[in-house]
Amino acid sequence: MPELIKAKEPFRFCTRLHLSELTGLRATTLGQLLALIKEVPGSCIYHHTHRFLQQHQYLSPEPPNDFAYWVTDILGEDELGERLVSIDTMQYSTIRDLRDKIALTIEDCLRDSPFAKLKFARSGEEFHFMKSVSFILPTNYFVYDLEEFAKVLKKITIDSIYFHIFEARLRLEKSTNDFSYWIENSLGDKELADKISGFDPYTRTLEDLRNKIIQIVERRITD
Amino acid sequence: MAKIEEYIPLVGQAVIDDLRLLSERLKGKVIQHINSTPVGGGVAEILSRMVPLLRELGVDTKWDVIKGGEQFFGVTKKFHNSLHGRAEEITQRDFEIFMETSQQNIESVNTYGDIVFVHDPQPIALIKKKADNKWLWRCHIDVASPNEKVWGFLMDFIPRYNSAVFSAPAFSRRLPIRQFLIPPSIDPLSDKNKELPQETINFVLRKYNIKKDKPIVIQISRFDRLKDPVGVIEAYLQVKKYIDCQLILAGGSAEDDPEGFKVLEEVKERAKKDPDIHILLLPQNDIEVNALQRASDVIVQKSLREGFGLTVSEALWKAKPVVASNVGGIPLQIKHKYSGLLCHSIEGASFAIKQLLSSPAYASKLGENGREHIKNNFLITRHLRDYMLLFLSLYHPEDIVNLC
Repeated sequence: MPELIKAKEPFRFCTRLHLSELTGLRATTLGQLLALIKEVPGSCIYHHTHRFLQQHQYLSPEPPNDFAYWVTDILGEDELGERLVSIDTMQYSTIRDLRDKIALTIEDCLRDSPFAKLKFARSGEEFHFMKSVSFILPTNYFVYDLEEFAKVLKKITIDSIYFHIFEARLRLEKSTNDFSYWIENSLGDKELADKISGFDPYTRTLEDLRNKIIQIVERRITD
Repeated sequence: MAKIEEYIPLVGQAVIDDLRLLSERLKGKVIQHINSTPVGGGVAEILSRMVPLLRELGVDTKWDVIKGGEQFFGVTKKFHNSLHGRAEEITQRDFEIFMETSQQNIESVNTYGDIVFVHDPQPIALIKKKADNKWLWRCHIDVASPNEKVWGFLMDFIPRYNSAVFSAPAFSRRLPIRQFLIPPSIDPLSDKNKELPQETINFVLRKYNIKKDKPIVIQISRFDRLKDPVGVIEAYLQVKKYIDCQLILAGGSAEDDPEGFKVLEEVKERAKKDPDIHILLLPQNDIEVNALQRASDVIVQKSLREGFGLTVSEALWKAKPVVASNVGGIPLQIKHKYSGLLCHSIEGASFAIKQLLSSPAYASKLGENGREHIKNNFLITRHLRDYMLLFLSLYHPEDIVNLC
């Protein structure tokens, strides 16, 4: 096994814990949903497109964003629901861009399907807008090489993995995920960094994601 | 009482490590919980588990209880029902009684906490004592369609708090203060939820003279109209036409619930012709509740309104198939046809119970999925984390709080 490169700057694992903040804003029709999507804080858009990642750690019938679920299951707009589910979040580097894409998708539907405007949710089934409030805390884990990195990956919480992969990139508007950034800039291993940033983390559970990253890193160690 | 370390086999070391990271951020702060009863009902039950665990994590946590006589609790029960949307005649005198007792509590309760955490409407007027400390109001009630007169009365107090907390998104409305969603939780190591040996389950069944010779359908709840025990009997009677089964209605009473005995009498009257209906007025005995849930084939929660409906989480944690009303916090716990069956009527409940009794493999799958969902979202460790984050939010108004 080749000697492992030691980083000058260690990777400090953080964790991200969140609280759901209620806004009291609710939508009964697609038109109301669209209007509120355009005006609510970015933290609301983030919450409704990422909540499922941390709440559903196993395969469930939950679609990957709340807007798609409501449009499909409550309003019965299956085609629009499918379009919303299929939005490729990885393509968007800011919440603003993601919000614009969601709004545009709903606008297209309202233009092309006049009947969609007439549908409304029954009492008790309204869409309730919420915000994610993130608390970022340092953990006691910091590592200097890939072996230590893989070892810690096995025991940190999925919240920590979530933070470094999803939140750092989209919410804190960094150019890539934290793992890839450190591996490229502190270990000088661009190939490994690109491998980790190259797959779509939105189509996996967080435990799958953890295992996938560990597998890639361990393979690199033994290369 | 379980120690925090004992949760590691269930939730993992890292989850407990995170709790410790958070508790360090609260060093030096005194958290004071205030509610209306030390025992009985969901609020007291949750506090009795949360307070010792928060202390063990190093968060200086106290718990105080207000005083109130029969008249006061009669009024707060009416408030409770009307906030749930039930028609109640609320008079000016009721508000006066509420304020008279509240004034006595304002004079006698010392609100010394750095953070004063008030639970439900009974102690809400204590906010008049707010100094430069932080105040939280936790509403455990389903206020999706409240009586506006009572809600309006509470709105004299709510905006004076720093933040409010609700159990389900549908309970929120536009407020001038921050409001957070924190569902309640169950304690997997409490007497009510821990694993039990079969001998204990058999012992409890023998004690209440229940034979396991036919499937058991059960609802465990206080004898309260909002839990619709009579509706459960109606649903059971419809099932009974096709499947020979038995029904257990079991529950206790809380100190602040004077209506309970009246409802119990109505239930007994409706059940008296059927020897397969067992009405059990349980003392505060969590092992017995646990044993009865584990002995059952289908667990029902046919509430008309529900603050959250923790009995659903308890049942799902035991991997039992559940039939429950689509109200309050129940749909957060049950995804229809995936982790249980939701219903909107007596007929719907009856149909769902029949389905589960007739298809044990389907029932078992729903129960397993339900247990996994509860493990991820409704255990006390998640609740401890949310409360500590809530306390921190009082000092951090931003959406991204960087404590690195």
